[in-house]
Amino acid sequence: MFPPLPNPSTTETAPRLSEKDLIRRSASTVPAPEQRLTEVAKLIDVSKCIGCKACQTACIEWNDTHPEVGAFAGAFENPPDLTPDMFTLMRYSEWDNPETNELEWLIRKDGCMHCADPGCLKACPAPGAIVQYSNGIVDFVHENCIGCGYCIKGCPFNIPRISKVDHTAYKCTLCSDRVAVGQGPACAKACPTQAIVFGTKDEMKGWAAKRVEDLKSRGFLNAGLYDPPGVGGTHVMYVLHHADQPEIYSGLPKDPRISPLVEAWKGVTKYAGLTVLGVAAGVGLLHHLIMGPNRVSEADEEHAEELTEGDSHGRR
Amino acid sequence: MNVELSRRAFLLTAGAGVAGTTLGAFGFADIEAAHAAAIRPFKLVNTAETRNTCPYCSVACGVIMYSKGNLKKGEQAEITHIEGDTDHPTNRGTLCPKGSALLGFVKSPTRLQRPMVRRPGSDKFESIGWQDALDRIARLMKDDRDKNFVAKNNDGVTVNRWISTGFLAASASTNETAFATYKVVRSTGMLVFDNQARV
Amino acid sequence: MTNSWTDIRNTDLVVIMGGNAAEAHPCGFKWVTEAKANRGAKLIVIDPRFTRSASVADLYAPIRQGTDIAFLLGLINYCIQHDKVQWDYVKAFTNATYVVKEGFTYKDGLFSGYDEAKRDYDKSTWDYDIGPDGFAVVDETLQNPRCVWNLLKNHVSVYAPEMVERICGTPTDKFLKVAAMVAETSSPTKAMTSMYALGWTQHSKGSQNIRAMAMLQLVLGNIGIRGGGMNALRGHSNIQGLTDLGLMSNLLPGYLTLPTQKEPDLAKYMSTRGFKPLRPNQMSYWQNYKKFFVSFQKSMWGDAATPQNDFAYDYLPKLDVPGYDLLRAFELMHQGKINGYFCQGFNPLQAAPNKKKVIESFSKLKFLVIMDPLDTETARFWENHGPYNDVDPTKIQTEVYQLPSTCFAEDDGSLVNSGRWLQWHWAGGTPPGEAKRDTWIMAQLYLRLKALYAKEGGAFPDPIVKLNWPYADPGNPKAEELAQEINGRALARVTDTADPTKVLAEPGKLLPAFAALRDDGSTACGCWIYSGCFNENGNNMARRDTSDPDDAGFYSKWAFSWPANRRILYNRASADLTGKPWDPSRKVIAWDGQKWSGYDVPDIAPTAKPDQVGPFIMNPEGVSRFFTRGMMRDGPFPAHYEPFESPIVNPVAPKVRGNPAARVFEGDMAQFAEAASKEFPYAATSYRLTEHFHFWTKHVIVNAVMQPEFFVEISEQLAAERGITKGGWVRVWSKRGSVVAKAMVTKRIKPLICDGRTIHIVGIPLHWGFTGAAKKGFGPNMLTPFVGDANIETPEYKAFLVNIEPAPGPVA
Repeated sequence: MFPPLPNPSTTETAPRLSEKDLIRRSASTVPAPEQRLTEVAKLIDVSKCIGCKACQTACIEWNDTHPEVGAFAGAFENPPDLTPDMFTLMRYSEWDNPETNELEWLIRKDGCMHCADPGCLKACPAPGAIVQYSNGIVDFVHENCIGCGYCIKGCPFNIPRISKVDHTAYKCTLCSDRVAVGQGPACAKACPTQAIVFGTKDEMKGWAAKRVEDLKSRGFLNAGLYDPPGVGGTHVMYVLHHADQPEIYSGLPKDPRISPLVEAWKGVTKYAGLTVLGVAAGVGLLHHLIMGPNRVSEADEEHAEELTEGDSHGRR
Repeated sequence: MNVELSRRAFLLTAGAGVAGTTLGAFGFADIEAAHAAAIRPFKLVNTAETRNTCPYCSVACGVIMYSKGNLKKGEQAEITHIEGDTDHPTNRGTLCPKGSALLGFVKSPTRLQRPMVRRPGSDKFESIGWQDALDRIARLMKDDRDKNFVAKNNDGVTVNRWISTGFLAASASTNETAFATYKVVRSTGMLVFDNQARV
Repeated sequence: MTNSWTDIRNTDLVVIMGGNAAEAHPCGFKWVTEAKANRGAKLIVIDPRFTRSASVADLYAPIRQGTDIAFLLGLINYCIQHDKVQWDYVKAFTNATYVVKEGFTYKDGLFSGYDEAKRDYDKSTWDYDIGPDGFAVVDETLQNPRCVWNLLKNHVSVYAPEMVERICGTPTDKFLKVAAMVAETSSPTKAMTSMYALGWTQHSKGSQNIRAMAMLQLVLGNIGIRGGGMNALRGHSNIQGLTDLGLMSNLLPGYLTLPTQKEPDLAKYMSTRGFKPLRPNQMSYWQNYKKFFVSFQKSMWGDAATPQNDFAYDYLPKLDVPGYDLLRAFELMHQGKINGYFCQGFNPLQAAPNKKKVIESFSKLKFLVIMDPLDTETARFWENHGPYNDVDPTKIQTEVYQLPSTCFAEDDGSLVNSGRWLQWHWAGGTPPGEAKRDTWIMAQLYLRLKALYAKEGGAFPDPIVKLNWPYADPGNPKAEELAQEINGRALARVTDTADPTKVLAEPGKLLPAFAALRDDGSTACGCWIYSGCFNENGNNMARRDTSDPDDAGFYSKWAFSWPANRRILYNRASADLTGKPWDPSRKVIAWDGQKWSGYDVPDIAPTAKPDQVGPFIMNPEGVSRFFTRGMMRDGPFPAHYEPFESPIVNPVAPKVRGNPAARVFEGDMAQFAEAASKEFPYAATSYRLTEHFHFWTKHVIVNAVMQPEFFVEISEQLAAERGITKGGWVRVWSKRGSVVAKAMVTKRIKPLICDGRTIHIVGIPLHWGFTGAAKKGFGPNMLTPFVGDANIETPEYKAFLVNIEPAPGPVA
């Protein structure tokens, strides 16, 4: 058993995540931190997941969100999609394995992947609305959010959602408030079968390797870890029994990357910076870059890649 | 029993063979405390903790209830959060989708607040005081028992049974409630007596 | 459970059949995933539906609901045919060697002694040959054709793999894969655990389903060992406790039984209890029955229970029928024979079968009292909710009281988990409004009743006015006071029977354990099996020491486990005839030449020699039973019977309909669809989903979000056949009622071929009603049949017939 997350303390503990730990801030720059935190990660072992939705209810309870009671729509996904009040969602896929002729019920907890190279943050035109801490957490800062929705376009996993109440974007925070005081995320604490575990990223990779070994011994020869390099790796990773086909898990992208256009935009913000006054202008440019791309040509993409290549490679 | 002490013993056991998950393991070794404005203040600070077990299924997971106000000190206590108890050997802090949402049961909009009565033929409940309700129920019980109690059967054997009123007991109430219920119900000679075990 | 949740980590093979642990007990299921991850254990799931448990299984085998006995006896047959038997265990620890009386037969689905008119058996031939020495005759060589083993071998021979496929619809190759994996655990160093729940109990032969698996586990030598056992996952949090405490029509606490009217006095009552050993040297622990009974009577009636009045024997009501179970209660209510009814934390309008009959029954009551933390449908059975509760309040004369009770968060006390752990919990919140604890409500009712009898007199007031009520505040007993009463106290000095100088308890002191109980009135004890839970050492149920030597999974200092803090029942059977563990890596207890000791409290006298005293000390044989003599109403062996509503005729006994010994009330038989009905061609089953807990969590907004609305599950094939679309509305109806639901069309349910016919399955989850936060919906109980298990009357919710068609949505 992976060591269970400890019980929370009720005495005042000073939080240990601060502005000093930021390594990225949307549409603005931050000084390099003096000391980098160890990277953390949540590991979701799909082969141990029983699809019980404890992660969903624990998430609602901890984060005090209020999703609406919906209707049955022919599937087990409830609500039917992520919402500003539902940061994580179990997605269910009934898959006939062509090699064994056996049914497999593939259940995947969907939610923010906390990418090392976060497309949401890079697409965000509002200074400081999205931040990234050196431990890997990508968090939204609601008072800075302008509700433009570009984070959604920028996200290769289609995760953030805009609230109709306060018109700002919401997603999983990796329970930054719990992590800040030495706790793990509420979903990981609740998960009955330890399909979700939480620790340092290295520890999670090591744990995943053992799980992959067990799965291979049970005949899942393509079992593996999902930690996609196209987004610099993620701080939410999956153990998949069929790591060669992530898309069978309700459309988990095989090779997720940030849209090159977002990368281009990101380059602009990095050098120009955006003052509050500049937001409108910046948003206009972004709109041109992102909302237009229904007509993106290959040439545009190549151009965009050229624009961003130096930066994205240099950072890793 | 010193709870903290036993908890340490537990964590030692649980962590055998694997590096313990600690604050340090979450990437905070030697990191100075400070707070980012964007991060929510930790909501359990200065709440009172009470150990309980989940009332739903018979796995009986350990839970910790966090409250504003401390019942043990004689205060009014409002439960504000419930999560799994890592010290518990069975669930190790985990909870299922029902257990994780236990707070919603405690605070359900359809929790009953006061005794109600529905009169014969009526289409609504009306509020009634506890004393009036209990007096009336005791009267209904006694009248029915006195009228229908069977002291001897047709063969003249003493049987002392009452079968015109029945009692269906819970299966999520405590042993102590169950025993008090047993004593009261059986002492009346009631035989139509069951619980959810066979349903 | 014979074992505990944390013991499942020690297993090599988990068989989930008749349950769905991943969905219904997710945090207990953790120990299955741990066994898989840490010791390479395998998981087999056998279920009509590909459940969430199946989603993480190594092997899934489909089965038609209501055919488990054919499957399990098929497995026993396979083990016998392939010599996969733990022979030393079977010969020494079971009644395989016992010789059965001449006259016992089984033919065409019926055992000897059947009376069709009574739907009952004369069981006189279902017994052992008793020798001139008064003991049962045994044949250690297993040569006697009438020994239990040979009768069993013959009895199961019909359930060959082809017959299993014909009855169950399980493809032969799948069955053989299951059989091969199961059979491997006949090795003394392999363990298999059976995890089951209401998928086995809710059948007209539910008790025999469980017996069939218990018998298989004995063949394999898997009872009493770590990682083995028969593990009833159980439903509600204290269903175990309420049963232990005897809150059933025919029980006294601790599995003592209420007298019947054929037992006019204590001597007669005791003459059929307190069994003498059937073999030399055996403990036959029920020989202590009278100590438990008298101590209980003293707990109830104190000084009024004396040797002169048979310890107030007349204060107990005497039964005229086997029991007034839930089904009989509603039958009597329906006949107008019940006037008053109490529901304490139970919502029978949703939970009982054939809802139409239940509504009619409630409508005939003079008064109904509800004690509940929540606004249940039962409390509002008289209220019109359109199609969901179509009643006319003006025509219902029932007076209804709805009393608000506290919930777990506002209450102290203990609950018993399925592993028999009594765990104490503490109140942490202030009750809402005027809600009161159940103990307060019961005390207040009692004191009023007592006052009325004291003042007015009336029918036999003695047991009421003389009830022992020793609480500091009689109107509000404390949980600790009640717990101590359950544990028991010495009323006079209690000394050791072997050494009278040794004092076990001084007068007034709490008893250390049930070994201190006496039958002379010198001890009082509410429930003997709990004795030791709250003694002079303190409240042992509140213990929170998590130490677990060698990670063995016992946690012996955590809470208190009945009986005697024992964590694995029958643990003597974990060691061989010399007292050595069958598997040294799985030691529970061992014999050191002088005494038994180990991780757990031995389930045997500590000095009982291993080659003399059998491990099943509650049985007069000292061994476990393949053949149960006359103890079950429907046969000493399980046999395959179809559900009362079945899509095929019973292939092994075509003339037998349902379980021939199950009780059916007049009028209900006419409400069953005939076998292989054309009008109701589909096999339905009802169940829970992981997102909800019965009819309870629909009052919780978050859980209502997780599964908001009533639906039924069908295969893609049935959907195509009936023109039903995913998420579309359907009507489902049985001979008793009709519901409207949305459709889940899924690959997880597939048609089965049984006896040459294609059988479609309709799955009906049960969580919705007309109160709470979720959308209003029907439950399956508009459709379910009003018949129960032959032995304990659990209704047959799991197997019945329906029809289904696309429909417009409900008209509100």
